[in-house]
Amino acid sequence: MHFFFEVLIAGLLSGVMYALVALGYVLIYKASGVFNFAQGAMVFFAALTTAGLVDSGLSLWLAVPLTMVAMVVLGLLTEKIVLRPLVAQHEITLFMATIGLTFFIEGLAQAMWGANVRALDLGIEDVPLEWLLENANLAVSQFDLIASGIAAVLVTLLAIFFSKTKIGRALRAVADDHQAALSIGIPLQHIWGIVWAVAGFVALVAGLLWGARNGVQFALTFVALKALPVLILGGFTSVPGAIVGGLIIGASEKLAEVYLGPYVGGGIEGWFPYVLALLFLVVRPEGLFGERIIRRI
Amino acid sequence: MFYRESGQFKATYAEDSEIFPIRQDKIGIAVILAVAFLGIPLLAKTGFLSDYTFTAILTPFLIFSLAALGLNILTGYAGQLSLGTAAFMAVGAFASYNFMLRIDGMPILLAFILGGLCAAAVGIVFGLPSIRIRGFYLAAATLATQFFIVWCLTKVGWFTNYSSSGVITAQKIIMFGYTFDTSFSKYLFVLSVVSVMALLAKNMVRTNVGRSWMAIRDMDMAAEVIGFRPVRTKLMAFAVSSFYCGVAGALFAYAYLGTVEPEGFNLDLSFRILFMIIIGGVGSILGSFLGSAFIVLLPILLNMFTHFLDSSIGVDVPSGIASSIELMVFGAMIIFFLIVEPHGLARLWQIGKEKLRLWPFPH
Amino acid sequence: MDEGRKIGEVILDLKNISLRFGGVTALSDISFDVRKHEIRAIIGPNGAGKSSMLNVINGVYRPQEGEIVYLGKHRHDMDTYEAAKSGIARTFQNIALFKGMTVLDNIMTGRNLKMKSNFLLDALYWGPAQREEIAHRRKVEEIIDFLEIQHIRKTPVGRLPYGLQKRVELARALAAEPSILLLDEPMAGMNVEEKQDMCRFVLDVNDQYGTTIVLIEHDMGVVMDISDRVVVLDYGKKIADGTPDEVRSNQDVIDAYLGVSH
Repeated sequence: MHFFFEVLIAGLLSGVMYALVALGYVLIYKASGVFNFAQGAMVFFAALTTAGLVDSGLSLWLAVPLTMVAMVVLGLLTEKIVLRPLVAQHEITLFMATIGLTFFIEGLAQAMWGANVRALDLGIEDVPLEWLLENANLAVSQFDLIASGIAAVLVTLLAIFFSKTKIGRALRAVADDHQAALSIGIPLQHIWGIVWAVAGFVALVAGLLWGARNGVQFALTFVALKALPVLILGGFTSVPGAIVGGLIIGASEKLAEVYLGPYVGGGIEGWFPYVLALLFLVVRPEGLFGERIIRRI
Repeated sequence: MFYRESGQFKATYAEDSEIFPIRQDKIGIAVILAVAFLGIPLLAKTGFLSDYTFTAILTPFLIFSLAALGLNILTGYAGQLSLGTAAFMAVGAFASYNFMLRIDGMPILLAFILGGLCAAAVGIVFGLPSIRIRGFYLAAATLATQFFIVWCLTKVGWFTNYSSSGVITAQKIIMFGYTFDTSFSKYLFVLSVVSVMALLAKNMVRTNVGRSWMAIRDMDMAAEVIGFRPVRTKLMAFAVSSFYCGVAGALFAYAYLGTVEPEGFNLDLSFRILFMIIIGGVGSILGSFLGSAFIVLLPILLNMFTHFLDSSIGVDVPSGIASSIELMVFGAMIIFFLIVEPHGLARLWQIGKEKLRLWPFPH
Repeated sequence: MDEGRKIGEVILDLKNISLRFGGVTALSDISFDVRKHEIRAIIGPNGAGKSSMLNVINGVYRPQEGEIVYLGKHRHDMDTYEAAKSGIARTFQNIALFKGMTVLDNIMTGRNLKMKSNFLLDALYWGPAQREEIAHRRKVEEIIDFLEIQHIRKTPVGRLPYGLQKRVELARALAAEPSILLLDEPMAGMNVEEKQDMCRFVLDVNDQYGTTIVLIEHDMGVVMDISDRVVVLDYGKKIADGTPDEVRSNQDVIDAYLGVSH
């Protein structure tokens, strides 16, 4: 029974971190209606840049802000060069452009820093939390707990940002209808710049946490890809949905790997979240919290 | 003045619905086919073309064109976005392998067809979600296909004949006693298969099947009202598309790589084929070929360029960076094409032909 | 009005149709019938439920209550495929053409239900598939001649002006050789000449092919001129039913259009 709880908690914790990655997607989709496939590449880029800077001798406290600057620049350039020209196009076209962007960013990251695996030390150790180990006999990683704590705080902040602030409202207006938002005086480019900067920040935090946990390597992009099932479950436009989706995916993935895996030779983690999402979509095409799309004829 | 159509009248509907109605186009395609089937073999025989031309350029170009055709049918004509192309190729490859392995005297072409049919069956099963899901939700769902199938082929030893490394070696292509084992003969084999399948595809897209796909893509509600059946149409698209990808996968294993493993049909390959149809032209048979040529030639050109830099200016570009730059160029090209000409090279070709019609007059 | 046409017996009978979407009632207890060969107009202020009515007839919407009697069969609701197969075709308010195809291809899609070929024969093309394709092309060309759109047959429909797109949509509906043609505001957004052309086409279709027409239209002049009988809807209810003259002088109808509060 203990083991079950340990696996469950580990899964939930990694789920919160998935949610963090998913959040980046939600932000951009909510604000511009664009599904930014490149969010994963941005996570990778952020992690690799930070690790690279640290490896070149900079302290973490300097490397992170520098990377943040790089992320903001990357975001603004993307908005200007990729999105603005394609503003009026079909959303599938924009999606495919972000796939191209993914390749570009991945190539750029590796061109700058090489393809070697790098370690990222955030100063938090991946050891079981003493307190829980002694009192409840549960081995839960300290790192996982702190990481998900950070992720949870960030997610909450963003949720409040969207629903309560003026800029948050403006973002939602823009996502709904670009033209209408323009016509009431919302400065579109400004807003998008902000959104991409925030998404870059989210990518950075996610990149740091995941990079420290798993090492900074190309496989990180696959972690980011896992955010897709999270989004499918939680809906593409919902911040709480991303959290719930992340928890479900994280937990189910771990549990499936541990309990079903041995029967089928392991490696289930690679596809289980996707198949789960697929089955879910068949039953509820717009996710748990997503908005129902009604088409008029 | 070379491309004028004046004087070419169509007197019957049959003439009007030909694939190449303009005489100059007819001559053009005849020339291309002559070069492909006769000219290139001649050059090869006389030693002008190295093995490299076949193994690195012509054969993969043809095989990827076939896969791109498959994806184009599903995504371009039927509007179902798919990121699982490589998985269907894998099914075709491994199914053909098993048919050849386990049934004595299996003719190679039949094995490929059966492999394609297996891929088609898998395509129908994994296409079922498309009944309810659309757009990039569907794309995300096709990721399940991609990851699950590759995992399945890796884990279930039977598929790889319990090979410890997971790698299988494709059998030789032997037809009517003749063994296709030179790179040049493999090229001819692939050329024949691809030409026939391209013709079949072209015929499909210009008749009712193709129209049913495009109707579902453009406006499925209206299509339903006219009497098209969305479920049947979508599943048909998945089936035909997967068949094409399956055969391409079999050719990939038998006539190109020789040895394959499930991991070789990964997400990266799926993306590559998607790029081919985006750059080449979504919803265009010609576009599949143009896109494939582009994607196959680009790394080679980049390679030549870095060597040129090395030899002329002495700038040494390490190979790691070269592949990263390749990724960057791919990505940038996708974005460039989507901005400048979302209908890809095929549309640029069409525009070129329009200009040719008027040349040398300005308008 | 053409005395030569004989208006036949009832082929479509709608009884007590009610349609609700959540809390909104689109149609409330509507009953009327349509006779063979006639031109039946449905009119009413915006939001009265006219398009919903057409959608019920060809199966896009399923009514919660009521009965549809078509070709002698009693149904609770219509299935889109069955409707198409049994000879109901329609055009849409906001043109529903296939933007990625040419005019010719769009109209050819209308022949879909008449085509027997399967995808294998299509892929080979030579022989049966080609013969069938050409035969259908011949039929489609008749319609193209009829609607005078020969010059644009190879143009992608997305490039056509609005009026021509509507004509192509009509052509596509005609390609199915329907018994009943449902037209949803076929003259919306047209200028006087285009309207006259469209009127002429609608009348010709009714005359030459004998097609029964159910037509939603806002232009009163058109309605009064070409229809045999008119149904008037307002707020989802039927408020009048009869010949154009009867309806024109009906006080309820006048009230509805002038916006008298009820």
